[in-house]
Amino acid sequence: MANPLLKIEDLHAAVQGKEILRGIDLAVGAGEVHAIMGPNGSGKSTLAGVLAGRDSYEVTAGRVTYAGQDLLEMAPEDRASAGVFLAFQYPVEIPGVGNLYFLRAALNAQRRQRGEEELDAADFLQLAKKRMKLLEMDDTLTRRAVNEGFSGGEKKRNEIFQMAMLEPKLAILDETDSGLDIDALKVVAQGVNALRDAQRAMLVITHYQRLLNYIVPDYVHVLAAGRIVKSGGKELALELEEKGYGWLEPEAAAV
Amino acid sequence: MSAATLTAPPAPAVYTVPDAAYERAFAAIAARSGEPAVLRQLRRSAFAQLQQRGFPTSKHEEYRQTNLAAVLQRSAFALPERPGAAALRAAERAAHPGAAFGGPQLTFVDGHFTPELSRLKSLPAGVRAGALLAANDAGDDRLARLGELADIGGENTLVAFNTAFFSDGAWVEIAPGAQVDAQIEIVHLATGGAGVPTMAHPRQLILAGRGSRAKVVETYLSLNGAAHLTNAVTEIFVAENAELEHARLQQENTAACHISAVHSRQAADSRLRLHALTFGGALTRNDVVTVLHGPGAEALLNGLYVAEGRQHVDNHTVLDHAEPRGASREYYRGILDGQATTAFRGRILVRPDAQHTDAVQSDKNLLLSSDCTANADPQLEIRADDVRCTHGATFGQIDEEALFYLRSRGVGAEMARHLLIFAFAAEALGRLNPSPLRTRLETELFSRWTGLTPPEGAEASGG
Repeated sequence: MANPLLKIEDLHAAVQGKEILRGIDLAVGAGEVHAIMGPNGSGKSTLAGVLAGRDSYEVTAGRVTYAGQDLLEMAPEDRASAGVFLAFQYPVEIPGVGNLYFLRAALNAQRRQRGEEELDAADFLQLAKKRMKLLEMDDTLTRRAVNEGFSGGEKKRNEIFQMAMLEPKLAILDETDSGLDIDALKVVAQGVNALRDAQRAMLVITHYQRLLNYIVPDYVHVLAAGRIVKSGGKELALELEEKGYGWLEPEAAAV
Repeated sequence: MSAATLTAPPAPAVYTVPDAAYERAFAAIAARSGEPAVLRQLRRSAFAQLQQRGFPTSKHEEYRQTNLAAVLQRSAFALPERPGAAALRAAERAAHPGAAFGGPQLTFVDGHFTPELSRLKSLPAGVRAGALLAANDAGDDRLARLGELADIGGENTLVAFNTAFFSDGAWVEIAPGAQVDAQIEIVHLATGGAGVPTMAHPRQLILAGRGSRAKVVETYLSLNGAAHLTNAVTEIFVAENAELEHARLQQENTAACHISAVHSRQAADSRLRLHALTFGGALTRNDVVTVLHGPGAEALLNGLYVAEGRQHVDNHTVLDHAEPRGASREYYRGILDGQATTAFRGRILVRPDAQHTDAVQSDKNLLLSSDCTANADPQLEIRADDVRCTHGATFGQIDEEALFYLRSRGVGAEMARHLLIFAFAAEALGRLNPSPLRTRLETELFSRWTGLTPPEGAEASGG
């Protein structure tokens, strides 16, 4: 890949002095879907958080280049405007702020930042209706406060709805499958698949192979103890499903 | 052993006797001609009570956070007569928020009923309302009911202070069964005077008839930035199966001292929603005493206080569950900035007969600076054994995770912070039934923090 959309080089990051990421190298090109798998505590969510700009992580070494820019230098909102989107593992409830209002404020903040015209209420609503259909979302969910009182499945659906509205260039899905029953998983996967296109890259972080039956990745990487210990095609996910993560431990230790 | 050692040290003064200025002011009132005998009698006993006890100091357990005596003794207050033409013109502009709602409105200037700024011509069916003194003149003896709930002989001597000095008040009566959609407005405007701060002692008497439904809003405003004192008393009777929503909106200037007492009594299966919304005042002290006096009564106490600079807000509430199967929900929310100080004391009393009481209390504070101070003091007194009673208080900063969530979607850091402050307030406003008042407050608060006009759907109701 000559100019990948996202290029991670020797990335190290720590939380409260404890090193979690210990040298990640990864290149993701436009249009590609990469799955990051790994056992609990391997650093999957830390990687997602560092890319989105969560400030509880301290990057101690390495660099991340996104669309030719130094991603780590950018504020979270600037990353968003530049097309980075993180679907949260635990979406935050914000009582008092309407779901649709929030989304319109976000979308228009991004458009302003990019020098584009803001969407008026009518155009926004039309777009929202279309996207809601894609996620089979109930009208009432969008009228409520952001994620307030949503079930686990509704929250995850709302994340993908936001992604569909914001149309990012790089979508990072952090354990979007966790807490979903199979029907909800299918709907969410269907939404994600509808957003796959040649311009958009996706980083799908998951503990289980199950999600990858529905969102079929181009590449699979295994993260263990803060490093990518194995990379391969979609069949690697199946191998992991069969053998578990245990067989990779020696490789993880050897790196 | 000498006699001296047998003498107990003098008890700390929990009250101080009002200084001579109040005596002179009262003498002027007592000398007024034309006041009905019932009122003269009421004033005299109230002033006698006040003189006997005095104003509470911070040595008084109920006033530890707020030394009212220090404020009330420090300065003499003028008791203005009816507003002149200039005050009326100023008041006309300020009365506007009520006017914009277009519903029935009673307006008072410095405690005097001002018919020129009121709208009582076409009251909705089932609503009777007016000024207390005028009602008395018309042979309708509303005055006799004053003090039935707010006792002039009680610990809270500010009620006696009000009763001795009040100029007039509003009464609102909802007929049994009446379903009133219009919001009934009571607006109090303070002129602040020139040089000497003014004082006003407004009164409200609200009677919700059996099975009725209505909304009453009390709004307190200052006409300018001059210091003044408001000491208001509201008595609310909610008859069987009636539903009353009562909002008290305090938006006085930040030099004002605002004291209030709201006393309510609910009959069986009635529903009362009391909102205490405090934005103004240098010093504010609100007392709410709610008695669930019949089985199956439900009360909501919803408080929102926003204090910055050196503002001080003290909310004391008493929820008195006297009968079985009562439910109370008490939610107070504070937003503090600068060097603001606030206090919340919430007492829940469950009497022996009040089995199957279900009471929830929470006080949450959002602290925006490192110099502000919030106090919370829940007091549960439970004398029945089959009840559910919970309480909690929190003090916290802006939620970092929520901030990151908003920013990760493209909302700028500052806007995200302001949205979250608004959201905290919007949750409280969401507990008001949808009304022109709620919409106006949501708009005002959204603009206050974000500097923007809210598009539709900015707010979403809280739980």
